[in-house]
Amino acid sequence: MYRYDAIDREMLADRVAEFREQCQRRLSGELTEDQFKRIRLMNGLYLQLHAYMLRIAIPYGALTSKQLRKLAFIAGTYDKGYGHFTTRTNLQLHWIKLKDAPDILEHLAEVGMHAIQTSGNDIRNITADPHAGANAEEVDDPRVWVEALRQWSTFHPEFSFLPRKFKIAVTASPKDRAATKVYDIGLRLHRNAAGELGFEVLVGGGLGRTPYLGPTIREHLPAKSLLSYLQAILRVYNRYGRRDNIWKARIKVLVASLGAEAFAREVEAEWEKTDQAKIDLPDTELARIRAAFAPRDFESLPATSNAFEAAKKDPAFARFARHNVQPHKIAGYAIVDVSLKKPGETPGDCTVAQMLAVADLAERYSMDEARVSYEQNLILPHVRLDDLPAVWRGLDAVELATPNRGLVTDIIACPGLDYCALANARAIPIAQAIARKFADPALAERVGELGIKISGCINACGHHHVGAIGILGVDKKGEEFYQITLGGSAEAEASLGQALGPALPADKVADAVDQMVEVYLRERKGDERFLDTFRRTGLAPFKEAVYADAH
Amino acid sequence: MPTLIRWTGQRAELAEDPFTAVGDEDPTPQGDVIVSLQRFQAEGQRLLAEGRKVGVRIEPHEDVEELEKDLPRLAVVALAFPKFLHGQAYSSARILRERYGFEGELRAVGEVLREQARFMVRCGIDAFQTADGSTPDQWTHVVTRFRHVYQRAGDGLAPAFAERADAGARHGV
Repeated sequence: MYRYDAIDREMLADRVAEFREQCQRRLSGELTEDQFKRIRLMNGLYLQLHAYMLRIAIPYGALTSKQLRKLAFIAGTYDKGYGHFTTRTNLQLHWIKLKDAPDILEHLAEVGMHAIQTSGNDIRNITADPHAGANAEEVDDPRVWVEALRQWSTFHPEFSFLPRKFKIAVTASPKDRAATKVYDIGLRLHRNAAGELGFEVLVGGGLGRTPYLGPTIREHLPAKSLLSYLQAILRVYNRYGRRDNIWKARIKVLVASLGAEAFAREVEAEWEKTDQAKIDLPDTELARIRAAFAPRDFESLPATSNAFEAAKKDPAFARFARHNVQPHKIAGYAIVDVSLKKPGETPGDCTVAQMLAVADLAERYSMDEARVSYEQNLILPHVRLDDLPAVWRGLDAVELATPNRGLVTDIIACPGLDYCALANARAIPIAQAIARKFADPALAERVGELGIKISGCINACGHHHVGAIGILGVDKKGEEFYQITLGGSAEAEASLGQALGPALPADKVADAVDQMVEVYLRERKGDERFLDTFRRTGLAPFKEAVYADAH
Repeated sequence: MPTLIRWTGQRAELAEDPFTAVGDEDPTPQGDVIVSLQRFQAEGQRLLAEGRKVGVRIEPHEDVEELEKDLPRLAVVALAFPKFLHGQAYSSARILRERYGFEGELRAVGEVLREQARFMVRCGIDAFQTADGSTPDQWTHVVTRFRHVYQRAGDGLAPAFAERADAGARHGV
């Protein structure tokens, strides 16, 4: 893990001092809420329905046990004893008092964390493959590059007043666990035929009101040119992106209106004129960052574990092992998914006790590392197979051993109308109602892989466009209705969902999901996932089942 | 004479502003003037030939590239921020300083607020017609609050990675 040096620490200390002073100006009445809004909105502090919400950045989703304990302390001391992990791998605290915000930032700074650029029209917290450093397929550790980008983008003088927010995701593995096709910039690290490391650069993906899958504007950018090339992209966007209409201000609209090829030409022309050596990191700095992510000291272990195999006699553990344990690049180790999706609970919510338990397990069994995934789950990336039964027991003790990673109950949902001032409809109760239908783990297992994603409004924080079943809350004359889309995916073969039919009232959504799952179970051939069956059959049988009553 | 805030490289100071901002319909006054890009393209050569100092105001949608050939003879480029959220001029400033090596005054006009001061200075802007009544001391405070920067821009400050390299070289690493 990257550890902050004196410079990084002084950056945070200066930031905390600045924010403390700005809050003081608000609390003393020198600034009105409207004037303060300009300041707080660049710093992750939102005024929501009930209180201030603070969004804490978790760069590349990586946490040490010390950091996770600090988050638990903050949630317990300054909030109601829990926090909410988001699809952007941030942690949101929804019940913050303004007077406490500077102290919270100071606590975060002690462990090298912050809330810088978690809101505002700037470069937001940058996400990466949560299996970085643990999966066998990756060509390099994406965190090296995200840390380089984190520093480059922090307080960027040119790109802090962009037309709109700007999100970047990085993966170095062919299996895309970072949703790079639906980001403002998606970066796919690979080696070309000559064996050289480079990025496939995708620009202009995104969800929201107008969803797009990002087109590739450069197949292979030499890795060391990353910062100068991104400067060129951001500069073209900053100069020519629309600012007259908030709904047309994201880079995806600029790319779509120019066309990907013309946009790429603009970027290349700007890049040619850039003094790249001034902007790109020198090899020494890249080496310094890379050293922080050096491979861990893994033990030489047999590929199988007797303790692990024996524990599978317990059917509950065996089910957990089938769904929440994934292969590691090193023999004798595994990647463990910690589900924050217990049926009936709010997706992504995590209590203080749960954070502390995961921190302890990470420290004892996962080389002091935990990760956050965009699916709003936690991950223990480096667990010995021998330790899996102990980890499972530890998780089970705090109700974090739900064996549903990727299954129908592993639902992504935004906070929705319960918390968010932008939302048109609630998302959490819909998720809970669906999860209750499939609460029987045997049923969930029989249904298999099925991504349900729920957004409470068109901003699509719940990624509904890329759900195999996507659910979007809309307001119809003051009543909550839900539009359903089918066939979306954010994985390597990404696709956007297709609308099923007229929006449904809140109390019909879970039933509709149930009906569609019935159709899938009837229609599926062999090992087909829900998504595969849908891609083969199309909308018709699903539509027929859900709207049968209407005929 | 009206005043503006000028950044010296170390601190902000109050300075007299000898320039008159001239609208497109206004008659040309005596003395130093700042005109629109359109008016400069029509009358710039004459204004310069009259021996006065001339500045050009660039709106967010206008390309600073249009000024490339005339830059050595311009005293001021005024970059407009009609709203503080309209950040195109940060790019314009860096292009003028870093690509064209413009050494004249880069002036921020419009909704110019204290919270933007550091970003503006970092992009190479060195004169400010502020919209919030900030004092030079307040301006200095905001601009100098951070001890480090993470990236090279229009102010020539050494970024963190260069500081680290220097420290490494000093310690023989």
